[in-house]
Formats: sequence, structure tokens, C-alpha cells
Amino acid sequence: MPRIRDIAKACKSKNAGPFELTLDVVFDERRMYERVRATGVLGPALFARLYGVRPEDVLFTEYPAGNAFKATIPRLVPSGDIGDTDVYGAQQHAPLLDVDIPL
Amino acid sequence: MSQVQEYRQLSTSGLLGYGFPEASLEAGMARRPHMIGVDGGSTDPGPYYLGSGKCVNSRIAMKRDLRLMLLAARSERIPLIIGSCGGAGGEPHLQVVAELVREIAREDAQHFRLALIHSEQDKNWVKRELAAGRVKALRNVKPLDDATIDRATRIVGMMGPEPFQRALDEGADVVLAGRSSDPAPWAGCATRAGLPPAPAWYAGKMLECGATAALPKGHDCLLTSVSDAGVVLEAMNPIRFCTPFSVANHSLHENATPCHHIEPGGLLDTSDCVFEAVNDRAVRVSGMTWKKQPYTVKLEGAELAGYRAITICGTRDPMLVGIIDEFLVSVRENVAVKASAFGVTPEQYRLVIRTYGANGVMAGWEPVAKTQSHELGFVVEVVAGSQETANAVLAIARVQMLHVDFPGRLCKEGNMAFPYSPSDIETAPAYRFSVFHTVAIDDPCAPFPIEYETI
Repeated sequence: MPRIRDIAKACKSKNAGPFELTLDVVFDERRMYERVRATGVLGPALFARLYGVRPEDVLFTEYPAGNAFKATIPRLVPSGDIGDTDVYGAQQHAPLLDVDIPL
Repeated sequence: MSQVQEYRQLSTSGLLGYGFPEASLEAGMARRPHMIGVDGGSTDPGPYYLGSGKCVNSRIAMKRDLRLMLLAARSERIPLIIGSCGGAGGEPHLQVVAELVREIAREDAQHFRLALIHSEQDKNWVKRELAAGRVKALRNVKPLDDATIDRATRIVGMMGPEPFQRALDEGADVVLAGRSSDPAPWAGCATRAGLPPAPAWYAGKMLECGATAALPKGHDCLLTSVSDAGVVLEAMNPIRFCTPFSVANHSLHENATPCHHIEPGGLLDTSDCVFEAVNDRAVRVSGMTWKKQPYTVKLEGAELAGYRAITICGTRDPMLVGIIDEFLVSVRENVAVKASAFGVTPEQYRLVIRTYGANGVMAGWEPVAKTQSHELGFVVEVVAGSQETANAVLAIARVQMLHVDFPGRLCKEGNMAFPYSPSDIETAPAYRFSVFHTVAIDDPCAPFPIEYETI
């Protein structure tokens, strides 16, 4: 079974403002995007489980124009506040890389 | 201003001071843009810059970019426009960039009309707006209160396109603005030239990041042409290509959704965008819509979180690596006892120990429970109400990291390798974002006074 790291063109995280983190999984062509979408794996429940937030706190968007899925979640610690580990939010994507996609 | 069929805008990079190849600027100027600009800022580097008044990029790097842009703009008599000057766009940040522009003008004998648009907000005004029920918290932010407003070292408002339009209407050649919505300067220029708001805002969203919408990514120049038919994007460096894929994906960058972009005065909806290759280097985007909404301005504020000192160390001891969590608990307990002995209780400081090699990057989100690393690195940090207290508690923490005993310890000379002497480092004061709210306003220019200067 392929993992996201085997089939995605991009898998990334970044701040969406100081209080939220946004995660993107991008495919390089529509057919793969549609096949992944059909599995139903990429959705609010996945991000909620991987990042320990409530599914209703995941703002999830399917973005066919970019062959992409986007999830925005609240940060545990706001960017740059005491205890934050990642001011830019640029290194929080790793748990997604090993998610199996049953294609 | 006369109407044009096509409005061309040249952005030199994603941030003033990031640098760009001069050849890209020349290629861009050869396309006869109607204006040239660059975004100056972001909240992305964290709260320190807004809180402290310091610029995120160096004076030297900003001056290099500014000189090239100013000379290019003046030679063609087109406006030069920079939003969110100096990073956070507060008054000290705006003044640093203004001073650089004056310096360059003196050195290169340039003469023009300069507009400075201020964005720092009076705390009493923010309190009045709060009391009037016109302030709302953004998602995942607590409601605002007077005490939070009082604690902020600085509050800026994020201006829309209207103050830029006013500055140009009033004859400015060079416009330097405080905190601005990133696309606003660009959208303001294109709509002022008579182009529709939807493609104008879309172009702004691309231009504010320079050539980031092209592949390969890099700090470089982007030219956009806005017309009734949409926006055409093209990177000015021949090594970079805008493709339908690269441009569509740029809509994902640093925002909560790729489809709905809330801006001062409206919503840019990119759900139905169509991306077509014009040739192998340029892309046309069409199908975006703009829906007018009640006018709101975002407020950003930062407050002092305390004074910080850190030390960096590492262990190569396999027994210590194996029981690191328990070890760090004893370090904390020992620090509490020792610090209390000189009168500093645990409520008076925050001790943060980051363990690189285990969970230093992801902390609470790290799914790997047991590290496989043969060595671990630590950044030990204390934040307290004064630098003296932070330094004192950090010194104790450093000693505990070095000397606290643990089961199976064979090397009693010291648990940690410290790379530096002095090992303890005072960092700058720590800030946090405390205001991240919107305020409803009637006049988009009112919170943003403009000052003119003949150079």
C-alpha cells in the first residue's frame, strides 16, 4: 500500500497566521488526486487523529484546481510564544508522510 | 487616472531585503510596468519584531533592494510602493525604511514626493471600538479586553487598498506604508486604474510573494498583467516558469483555505479559477470573484512575555539517553528547590527544555514515543520577569543538567557537552502575539494617516 510520501508531489506545513497551522498534500495530476480522494482517507478525522485536535476544529478543504487537500488546525502554542518549537510552522508535516493510502 | 486595458505590476521578491537578481529587474522594467513594488512584511517571523520595533531584515539588505527599485521606478516615472515596511509595519519599522529611502535619494540625487502611511493604532481608540462592539476575535483567538490592549507594546492596523489609492491621488511617487494586507497595495493600484477588483486582488496575492508562484521557487521578480479577462503571471528570470500547477498551488500558501480569502472590504473567491498556460513560462488565471463585505481592518498586537536566557548542550551517554524523560523531571525538581532557596518560586519563571533528537521539533505533536538517537541535543530556556532572574534560574538549570545523578551513571564528570563558554546566553526579550482581531470601520482611510514629504 503506498504511503503519502510515495505518491504526493508536496506534503507541507506552514503557519496560517500565528494561531493556526495549515497542512497541504498536493498531487501532480488530477487522476491521482481523484483516486486518493475516492479512498476517503484524507479528511478531518485523519488530521484530528494525527494532531490530537477535535475533528470539528479541523478546517478541511478539497482543492481540485490545485490537485490538493488542505487542513488548518489550531496551534498548540501560538507562533513564537513561550514553549513554541516552530515559529514558522514549517516542520510539522512528518506524521502525514507515512499515512497509507489504499489505492 | 486614465483607464487602461491591461495593468502591469512588477514585484521584485517576497520581502524587502530578500534580494533579487538585477537582470530580473531589468527584464521586468523592459515590459514597461505601470508600477513596481515589494511586500515588506509578515507575522511569520513571530511576535518579536512587532513587539520590539526591530526589523526582520537587515538595513544593509533592505537598502540594496530599495536602491535598485527606486532608481528603476524614478527612471521610468512610475510609482514605487512598499507595504508592511520593515516587517511588522509599526512606526519604528516604517521610519527605518523611510530613512533608507532618504539616504538613497541623497546619495543618488533623486527627487520625488514621498508618502508615509502610518498604521500604528492608538490604544484608547481600540478600547472605544471594543466597547462599541466593533471588535471581533479571529479564529482560535480569545476575545479582546482592555487589560490586553494596555499590555500590548504596539498595535498596528492592517490597511486595505484605499490609503494607497489616496496617496497616489495626492501625487505621491513613492509610497511607504505601515502594516498592510499583503495584496492591498497591488489591488489598490490596479483598481485605481479601472480594472475589476477580482483579478486585481488575485494579482496582489501572487505579487506579494514575488516569484514564489513559479518553479523553481526562489526570491525573484514576478510580472502580472491584470485585465478584464483575468491575470497573466510571468517570472522575469528565464530560469523560472509559471505553470498552471505552480500558480494553482500558490493559493495554498500561508492561508487557512485556498478558496476563500478574506480581505479588507470583501472576499476573494478562487474556487472556480481556471489556470491556462499562455506559453511555457506564463499562466493566465480567470474565474475568480470578489464579493463586497462590510469593511473590517485586522489589528495585530504583541506584548512582552518576559526576559529569556538559554543554554545549549548535548549528551552522548547511552544510559542517559535511555532514561531522558525521568532525568529531565529530576532536573526540573532540582531547579525548583535551588531557585526557591534564593527566593525565586516556580511561578516566577518558565523553564522549557527542548530535546532535539527526541521531540525538539514537534513537542506535543510528536508521534514517535521512543527516540532511536545515539545522542540528544538540548536547548534549555528560562523566561522570567527580569533578565537577572532569568539568568539566575538558567545558571542553576545548567548546573543541574551537568550534574544531576541518574541510575546507571558511569561518567560522573558531567552529563552534558557544552559547546560554548560562556554557556549561558541572554537572548532578546520575549514577546507574544496578544491582539489578532478585526475592527469594523466606516472610512477605510481614517485609521491610516498619510504624511507627505518632498525629497
